[in-house]
Amino acid sequence: MIALSDFLILGALLFSLSVAGIFINRKNIIILLMCIELMLLAVNLNFIAFSHYSGDISGQIFVFFILTVAAAEAAIGLAILVVLFRNLHTINVAELNKLKG
Amino acid sequence: MNQTLLLTIALAPLLGSIIAGLFGQQVGKTWSHRAATYGVGIAFVLSVWVLKLVAIDGETYNQQIYQWLQAGSLSLEVGFMVDALTAMMMVVVTFVSLMVHIYTIGYMHDDDGYARFFSYISLFTFSMLMLVMANNFMQLFFGWEAVGLVSYLLIGFWYKKPTAIYANLKAFLVNRVGDFGFLLGIAGVLMYAGSLDYIEVFAQAPAMSEKTITLFAGHEWSVMSLICILLFIGAMGKSAQVPLHVWLPDSMEGPTPISALIHAATMVTAGIFMVTRMSPLFEFSETALSFVLVIGAITALFMGFLGLIQNDIKRVIAYSTLSQLGYMTVALGASAYAAGVFHLMTHAFFKALLFLGAGSVIIAMHHQQDIRKMGGLKKYMPITYWTALIGSLALIGFPGLAGFFSKDSIIEAVHASQIAGSGFAYFAVVSGVFITALYSFRLFFLVFHGKERFDTHSGHLPHESPAVVTVPLILLAIPSVISGYLISSMVFGDFFGNAIVVHANHDVLAHHAESYHGVMGFILHGLTALPFWLAMAGVATAYYLYILRPELPGKLQQRFNWLYRVLDNKYGFDDFNQKVFAGGSLMIGRLFWTVGDQKLIDGALVNGTAKTIGWVSKVIRHVQSGYLYHYAFAMIVGLWLLLTYFVV
Repeated sequence: MIALSDFLILGALLFSLSVAGIFINRKNIIILLMCIELMLLAVNLNFIAFSHYSGDISGQIFVFFILTVAAAEAAIGLAILVVLFRNLHTINVAELNKLKG
Repeated sequence: MNQTLLLTIALAPLLGSIIAGLFGQQVGKTWSHRAATYGVGIAFVLSVWVLKLVAIDGETYNQQIYQWLQAGSLSLEVGFMVDALTAMMMVVVTFVSLMVHIYTIGYMHDDDGYARFFSYISLFTFSMLMLVMANNFMQLFFGWEAVGLVSYLLIGFWYKKPTAIYANLKAFLVNRVGDFGFLLGIAGVLMYAGSLDYIEVFAQAPAMSEKTITLFAGHEWSVMSLICILLFIGAMGKSAQVPLHVWLPDSMEGPTPISALIHAATMVTAGIFMVTRMSPLFEFSETALSFVLVIGAITALFMGFLGLIQNDIKRVIAYSTLSQLGYMTVALGASAYAAGVFHLMTHAFFKALLFLGAGSVIIAMHHQQDIRKMGGLKKYMPITYWTALIGSLALIGFPGLAGFFSKDSIIEAVHASQIAGSGFAYFAVVSGVFITALYSFRLFFLVFHGKERFDTHSGHLPHESPAVVTVPLILLAIPSVISGYLISSMVFGDFFGNAIVVHANHDVLAHHAESYHGVMGFILHGLTALPFWLAMAGVATAYYLYILRPELPGKLQQRFNWLYRVLDNKYGFDDFNQKVFAGGSLMIGRLFWTVGDQKLIDGALVNGTAKTIGWVSKVIRHVQSGYLYHYAFAMIVGLWLLLTYFVV
């Protein structure tokens, strides 16, 4: 039997992995998007684990919504990415520093 | 006497003023002066009627007409109080004003501001009537300020003349100093009597005189003395007493009719009138009376000296006015209110006469005012000559003329007074008689007698002024002669009745009245008394110096150069004010400007705020690198901090 804590640890690991991915990655903006997706999935995992162990189905319904929103978000993010590339001819994170005062 | 009658008297000049002032362009010059003159004429005729009602029928009037506002127990009202004092003032004011209106038609004929001038002098008449007819302090103060305003407007009537603007500003500022005291006095009255109505305040006077106030720790002041002195400071401003006299000579920058109406005959006497009206209060404070007496004596004597060395025809008369106002004030200080007001009345007639005569001379001389460039005008201007002679004789107190009666009764009253400072005051008023005669006849001889020193090579000889100018002179000459004979009822009789209150222990006039046996006796007594001989000596000295030995004054001036310089600098009052008050204000202003405004407000607050924000944002800006991962890092750190804070 897998304990709840195991799921939580896995979720935390995934989450930390994605956070580390955002910080460490200086090259590709696509990887950034993937890290954000991973972050959401880590949270989803927590939801499902809690839902299963507390016997409440609403946690899993929540996950469906999050997945839908995440899909929409990924679509918009990729669309922005395409436009960004068309304009700047790069998707290198280290070169994208226009957003400053 | 009813409300309509009194309202008509007060409002007729106001209506004239409005027509001339607001519609002067539409109605034209003729109708402007007609509207103003008729307004004042109506007021004069009705004032005479009121005087008849008061003096002969013994009626008085005291009623509220309109309540302006009510705040708690304080009620501000417009109301009229007419007794003998008021009625007399009303007649004097409207009479002199009417004369000046008629005179102005001739004097200001070619001036651009013709209608404006009529508007102002009618407005003045209205204000002065409101002042004298008031039955409460509030309305008194309204009239007081209104005459000050009109005086300001009229001194600066020729507003393109820098000296006139300087003079009217000076008059306004100096009056402000006096008015500040006056306002504090009124506030004191309100605080201790709880009312602004004359009758109610006077009724509480005995109770108020018991009270004391602690202004500085350890010093108890009599409330009554404090209030009276504060009120008198207001009078010092309006009636030009030392040291607030400095504005009056400068006010001669205004047109001559104004000098006659406002700065000699009526407005400057407002202070005298006010103190007389407040006699029920002043009688309770010997301190205040002494103060009044000494200030008056100083003004009477020392301002007379200044008249001796002036060369501007109007300024000589202005200093004479100051000196005569000093006489009136001395009379007030000696509790001889009736004598003071009597002198106010006679002085109004002959001083208006002298000023209008001076104006007539100025017209003939084509606006030359330097008496050194006149002389020998007697044969060219007979009417002006004779009326000016009457005016001068009345001024120096020649027996039988108006000034003699009023001045002699003042001198006698001061002689009998026991109050502190009366010895000095007696000396001042008696020596003042000599000085008065000397400067009056110096002026008279220099203008009308002696060599013709004016410019004749242009071929224009001076000629007599037109009838609109000479008729008022003649009309003013009449009361300058005969008004003195009212002494029996006004000074020694009971004409004023309850209007003036004098306590028995300083009732100098009653003491004097015992030895009064009719007008003739008074004249005969005057002929043997010291003042008469001093006046004659003054005339003789003037005759000797300016007709027989005209080269002497120049030598005397060189011999006593230091004295001349002191007098020429007017004892340094102007310099003192200019340096200490004006200079001090400038210095404080500059301090506030450079330190307060430029450094503190502009530097530290306004620009400082902008600078600080700029500096902070310059530092903070580096946080915003533009790199996505920096922002993400900040978010995570923030999240972590929040979690730590709320969870742990």
